Amino acid sequence: MSSLDADTDERIDAEVVPSMTYREAMREALRDALATDDRVFIMGEDVADYGGTYAVTKGLYEEFGRDRVRNTPLSESGFVGAGIGAALGGLRPIVEIMTVNFSLLALDQVVNTAATLLHMSGGQLNVPLVIRTTTGAGRQLAAQHSHSLEGWFAHVPGLKVVAPATPEDARWMLPTALADPNPVIIFEHATLYNESGPVDPVLGPVDIDRAAVRRHGSDLTIVASAGMVSKALAAADLLSAAGMSAEVIDLRSLRPLDFDTMAASLARTSRALVVDEGWRTGGLSAEISAGLTERCFWSLDAPIARLASAEVPIPYAKHLETAAIPQIEDIVAAAHDLVGDR
Amino acid sequence: MTISSSPLATDHDLWRSLLGDMIRVRVFEERCAELYGESKIRGFLHLYIGEEAIASGVMSCLRPDDAVLATYREHGHALLRGVSAESIMSEMFGKATGCSGGRGGSMHLFDAATRFFGGNAIVGGHLPVAVGLGLADQVLGRSGAVTVCFFGEGAVAEGEFHEAMNLAALWNVPVLFCCENNRYAMGTSLRSSESQIDLALKAASYAIPAWSVDGMDIVEVHRATTKALASVRADGGPMFIEFQTYRFRAHSMFDPDLYRDPAEVEHWKLRDPIATFARRLVDEQIVTDADIEEMWERARAETEAAVAAAEAAPIEPIDTLLDHVTRDAEPAPHIERSPETTTDDEVWP
Repeated sequence: MSSLDADTDERIDAEVVPSMTYREAMREALRDALATDDRVFIMGEDVADYGGTYAVTKGLYEEFGRDRVRNTPLSESGFVGAGIGAALGGLRPIVEIMTVNFSLLALDQVVNTAATLLHMSGGQLNVPLVIRTTTGAGRQLAAQHSHSLEGWFAHVPGLKVVAPATPEDARWMLPTALADPNPVIIFEHATLYNESGPVDPVLGPVDIDRAAVRRHGSDLTIVASAGMVSKALAAADLLSAAGMSAEVIDLRSLRPLDFDTMAASLARTSRALVVDEGWRTGGLSAEISAGLTERCFWSLDAPIARLASAEVPIPYAKHLETAAIPQIEDIVAAAHDLVGDR
Repeated sequence: MTISSSPLATDHDLWRSLLGDMIRVRVFEERCAELYGESKIRGFLHLYIGEEAIASGVMSCLRPDDAVLATYREHGHALLRGVSAESIMSEMFGKATGCSGGRGGSMHLFDAATRFFGGNAIVGGHLPVAVGLGLADQVLGRSGAVTVCFFGEGAVAEGEFHEAMNLAALWNVPVLFCCENNRYAMGTSLRSSESQIDLALKAASYAIPAWSVDGMDIVEVHRATTKALASVRADGGPMFIEFQTYRFRAHSMFDPDLYRDPAEVEHWKLRDPIATFARRLVDEQIVTDADIEEMWERARAETEAAVAAAEAAPIEPIDTLLDHVTRDAEPAPHIERSPETTTDDEVWP
């Protein structure tokens, strides 16, 4: 990620771990899954010849053929439902939905079927389905391709929701998601695909239910996910230069939320700023703020602060889009407001 | 005397068995209605009375490795698939011994052992799932296995019906779509809600072989299903059968049935699939009145045993409330991703 790249002091074994883009890391994860498990197949709109809207699956169709990298018509509900059925039938589908906005057309299948079957059947029928979709703004795609709705899915019992923020998580969360007996939704932020970072080629599957402390600090904890993590790290660099020490937590998992890691951080810093690209009202930042308040109220030095997107459909014009979503300078300003000493 | 040209001329055991199946469902459903009145069964309760020939005829053609998906009007389908009356009744009583552990109720009967995939109460929602189950059979080479998907005519108005038809035909999956057209989606008649009421034509427009049969005549149901399954099992791709039928009861126990002309209901009751078939079998001397009475007795005994077992069954302890939300996963290793080099900010003890 940009801030990690910029500050070699804070990189993990940067000299020995190869670097690749987030897109390449996800593609490598998909290729590995297809090569090692015959039950795995990819399906979605234009995942084959076209190579995927964000070029994540580029080359996989040529390598694995049309049955393993399966194009679908524009039928989000149909092919997500088919993914559920295929999972019930013994396959391990990876369903790509072009953007989170389009996933709303499949919401019935995700919420009413994938998330409920295990419970409704008294524990008999689990749905080992992986859904990948892009989320987030920053590419001037306006109000039907730019929203951050992962918090909606994180609301639903029965689902697991993850948001890899680094190429390494893009590479190694997928095998864990595929091994999971439950439906797992992977949110890939659209602005991350071209970002590079270290990816350990032999790390192996990693947990998908724990947050990670990406930077240590003592004055405040910044909680972020997906596209906000690199912005939070960049903000932490600026804050450090100004004499403020920010700890940065990458949530990684949005359901379940790792309150243990967040609370442990707050025990050290006593202040928290939650940065969320989703909207504030009824959003993930509200849940995190409330959950941390319940756990940490008596050790807080200030109310938990939130920085979220403006309550507006994401606009097209660059300056308006930029203004609508949290930026590095917004995080810096919010941190100063929270710590209150500058 | 058996009429030699009759379709019933051979396979007498089959026809007796099918009559017995329909009677089992009828008795079970009538008892459910009483138990609803006694508040033993709660929630929504949708009865299959009048439509028994469809599930009875179709289920009799299936193999153990086939998969079945049905709607919320599925007690009969589950029963005839081999889910025990006791576990179905216990489910409706909300008991621990129910086939869904008391989590599903009348609308969500599931049984993995018999590949009975619900009990689905989002109209149209299970059609894409059926396509996926068929795709899995195709990809994994489970030759001849078929997924049978029941749904009401109301589902054809849903987008998921059309998406599923297209995908099924596009991928040539082994799925038999069984449309139970009882003419009313709750209180909305097909004629008042669809611009095209020829349902087989809708499926045919997706290049799926489709036709309509009399769903009140179990001989026709059995014949059509046998024919369709032979094709689907031989990799012939999906098929669609519309079964013309009628429910004698209201949509659910909450429904005062204000939208149907009582004369229409009475007209259809003249075509009761059990009464008409019983008469045929007696006329053709395949069964006697005494045989039929014994079928009713056996069905009553089965149902009463199920009720007694459901009454006596334990409820799930409340501390199992959060069970079956997610299944435990093999834990993947937690990698410490925190920066290993100490930064100038790292000051806590």
